[in-house]
Amino acid sequence: MGLADWIRSWPVYRQLTGRDRTGRGKAAQSGRSAALAARTTDADRVVGSVCPFCAVGCAQHVYVKDERVVQIEGNPDSPISRGRLCPKGSASKQLVTGPQRAERVLYRPPYGTEWQELDLDTAMDMVADRVLDARRKGWQDADEDGNRLRRTMGLASLGGATLDNEENYLIKKLFTALGAIQIENQARI
Amino acid sequence: MGSNMAEAHPVGFQWVMEAKARGAEVIHIDPRFTRTSALADLHVPLRAGTDIAFLGGVINHILEHDLDFREYVRAYTNAPYLVDERFQDTEDLDGLFSGYDSGTASYDNTTWQYESQTDSGEGGTRAKEQSRPDQLGSGGPGVEGGARKIAADPELKHPRCVFQILKRHFARYTPEAVEEICGVPAETFLRVCRAWTANSGRERTAALVYSVGWTQHTLGAQYIRAGSIIQLLLGNIGRPGGGVFALRGHASIQGSTDIPTLFNLLPGYLPMPDTSHEDLPSYLHKVRGDRQKGFWRNADAYLVSLLKEYWGEAATPENDFRFDYLPRINGDHGTYRTVLDMLDGKVFGYFLLGQNPAVGSAHGRLQRLGMSNLDWLVVRDLTMIESAEFWKDSPEIETGEIVPERCRTEVFFFPAAAHVEKAGTFTQTQRMLQWRDKAVEPRGDQRSELWFIYHLGRLLREKLAGSADERDRPLLDLAWDYELEGEDEPSAEDVLRRINGIDLRTGKEVDGYLDLRADGTTVCGCWIYSGVFADGVNQAARREPHDEQGPYENEWGWTWPLNRRVLYNRASADLDGRPWSERKALVWWDAERGEWTGHDVPDFEKNKPPDYRPADDAVGPAALSGDDPFVMQADGKGWLFAPNGVVDGPLPTHYEPHESPVRNRLYAQQGNPARKVFGRAENPSNPSPPERGGEVFPYVFTTARLTEHHTAGGMSRQLPYLSELQPELFMEVSPRLAAERGLTHLGWAHVITSRTAVDARVFVTDRMRPLRLEGREVHQVWMPYHWGHTGLVDGDVVNDLIGVVLDPNVFIQETKVATCDVRPGRRPRGPALLDYVAGYRQRAGVTPETGTRIDTVTRHDTAHLEEDR
Ligand code: SF4
Repeated sequence: MGLADWIRSWPVYRQLTGRDRTGRGKAAQSGRSAALAARTTDADRVVGSVCPFCAVGCAQHVYVKDERVVQIEGNPDSPISRGRLCPKGSASKQLVTGPQRAERVLYRPPYGTEWQELDLDTAMDMVADRVLDARRKGWQDADEDGNRLRRTMGLASLGGATLDNEENYLIKKLFTALGAIQIENQARI
Repeated sequence: MGSNMAEAHPVGFQWVMEAKARGAEVIHIDPRFTRTSALADLHVPLRAGTDIAFLGGVINHILEHDLDFREYVRAYTNAPYLVDERFQDTEDLDGLFSGYDSGTASYDNTTWQYESQTDSGEGGTRAKEQSRPDQLGSGGPGVEGGARKIAADPELKHPRCVFQILKRHFARYTPEAVEEICGVPAETFLRVCRAWTANSGRERTAALVYSVGWTQHTLGAQYIRAGSIIQLLLGNIGRPGGGVFALRGHASIQGSTDIPTLFNLLPGYLPMPDTSHEDLPSYLHKVRGDRQKGFWRNADAYLVSLLKEYWGEAATPENDFRFDYLPRINGDHGTYRTVLDMLDGKVFGYFLLGQNPAVGSAHGRLQRLGMSNLDWLVVRDLTMIESAEFWKDSPEIETGEIVPERCRTEVFFFPAAAHVEKAGTFTQTQRMLQWRDKAVEPRGDQRSELWFIYHLGRLLREKLAGSADERDRPLLDLAWDYELEGEDEPSAEDVLRRINGIDLRTGKEVDGYLDLRADGTTVCGCWIYSGVFADGVNQAARREPHDEQGPYENEWGWTWPLNRRVLYNRASADLDGRPWSERKALVWWDAERGEWTGHDVPDFEKNKPPDYRPADDAVGPAALSGDDPFVMQADGKGWLFAPNGVVDGPLPTHYEPHESPVRNRLYAQQGNPARKVFGRAENPSNPSPPERGGEVFPYVFTTARLTEHHTAGGMSRQLPYLSELQPELFMEVSPRLAAERGLTHLGWAHVITSRTAVDARVFVTDRMRPLRLEGREVHQVWMPYHWGHTGLVDGDVVNDLIGVVLDPNVFIQETKVATCDVRPGRRPRGPALLDYVAGYRQRAGVTPETGTRIDTVTRHDTAHLEEDR
């Protein structure tokens, strides 16, 4: 770096001669930060999404590179959020990419003291058998006055409110067809 | 009120700040001083659980000084209607309305009807047991009579007209009463009244915001009724800048009630059939009046279209569209009832789909003990949560009440796909559906709920294939042929299309619920969402930038119904269809073109003129007059007085919370006379006056949330950023309380109720202000409830402190107010904790009967115990 360049790189000089007169923008930028590029610049694609925490519904841009989420930011186009995200929404990338995410089915047998691994298909099959068993054990055709009940009191469900509408729809539909009525949601709480 | 919007809905709060910058006055009425209070023009702290006394005071102020928007009230509300002469008010019965039955703690509301409508009462225990009002969400309760006139006094002078009843009912809610009950100085209260009324009327509107600070009470529905009465009296409903805003706490809480996973509802607020509904005609006859006014009368088209979506070809007009396939309810099957049934060994299997009741529901201990008594439990979540590990790591392991080697529950944990790993819609707090695209594939065994339920259904159908058992027909006949994407993921878009509805004659998507028919030629999964796929386009996926469209931004997402932003917006125009003022114009009648028009989608039949008067025998939408803006209500009017639909009284009344340090100052009736209690040893209550022993739990306790954590913590306590921002559980206390109990800032202390004790760091702050009530000082304590023992940050479960007692309308628990004691130092550990809490119960004289003698006017001796059920 020559002397002139060295002087020109001095923040005070840049502040006095450049457009950033308050010295809070470009003038204060170091060489290192000038060389940095945001994770968002080389993403393969940007996908439209919505924050899964509270019910404000802030819009998100999900940046994907090599089939991994590399960043999640607010979408400035949204009339609801105008690009803003609160601490929770801003932490969404950790929510979806963090090491806390479980990846495998776990199983605890009756009286067990530790989790065991179980393969997904086997687990699905075991759950299906248990649903039929609990349904049978709790089945009621009619009440004491002979009124039709056609239901089971043997199984229940409690859903969270980050479920999609489409998911809630299938949950209600399947359980209703099974005759299960104790189907509830965070919305009651 | 009852909301800390700046911290719980931070990005939404920017609009409040935007309004403030343009001159709006912002008032925050809430027990706690929070960042919302800091940004408001005025913060009014009040005692938790006394909001109706405050709101009743505002109503009284409006009526006493003739500050209501009289033209609006006379034309658009039921103020002029006359009520049955047998109706008796709380003024007459010392806190009870006519029709009360002490034995069942429920009302028969026959006497609450309009004078000309006395045959349409409903109520009693069946209504209470089934959370009946919750099932009338979109229909409004029945009032028969179609377009026939309801006896009324347009002058609002008749002693039995709603307006005069309202006046008498609220007359004792004076500024002095507000001061004594709420602890709000009369001068501060009057300042709120002046601001509210001065900013309402023809030229101005005021908005009211609430959150779970209102709903989580034994009279939560009545809190909201009280707020709505004020907004109706002041003409703030259906108008721009007005309204009552329910801020939902979770991404799709709104969606989970619209497309309910709730025991007493089918999609679109159609009631689940009960044992009194023998067949389709009898169901339709009961859920909507044959001669009812308004759009709810078309419930037959909504239900038949749903049955066609459920059972496809198997549903025909000859077999009542398979109405007989629906299971029947006959009582309370809500989540708290179910947990008690688990304790009693009546439930064998339990699914937790993204929910963590061991931390998030009231009385976590009851939840965990219930789960330890199941055959099996399925937990689906993003990460390991307390509810999946109750058998190895929970407070009951510490006390020895659950021993892994003796706990029989088989537990399956399935990892779930996150919001970016699946496509679908949330419905947010403004009733808006927003579509999310899928960004990446989930990994390992992670799957969406859509995948899980679809394939569980497929497996069950395969296992039962060929079954001759009649019981299996609903499952085998189910229309379960959704399109698949990729390998085996059901298409959320296909599900949404069928939720929207399809015309079977053309195979095309319908454009809205007006296209639905009751003859089986349309399918529709949720009638209020009909239109979300209008023109065959996924309207929820629209993302037109906000600065490239009009002021109502109606090309972003899709808001039910029919993409309307403001419900009942016909009320934004006067009787003749002109905006009440230019400043507050929203929709209006264009006489030249003969149609309603404006900035929003008009919530009215497009071509019905303001002066339209229906024939006497008209029913349904045709019976609505040109000036009936409340098109879903059975009389077309906004209800100041609710003859039907609210099981605990036609008017909101101040009752003390289930657990309170004081006697009700207004009536002999202490608490909500119809609240749901569960008197049993596992669910004790702290005593309240007139019971003795309350002094053992002298402080008012409330819970709340923080910006940096989310509900039961499963989505936040595992994240390093959020855990670092809020690393530890704490309790906020005032300096005076700290001195009284010897608590030190940042030291340890514990809170005790008759359920348990939890410990936390002490935060001594003058944000908590002691209140003066009945000449003595009353302290309030609050704690955030996000902690548990899984995750990066660890803390006791605050909801373990709370007992199960419910609002009778919607079965929501009273987590926002209880009584407690606070002591310095940490709580006892292990089995010593049980002895410690038992000692408190003994000192306070707590038995299973405590708190269950609901009627404190006439029969002090009826205890409502579980064993008596
Ligand atoms: S970013 Fe914050 S305010 Fe916006 S939806 Fe998410 S949690 Fe709510």
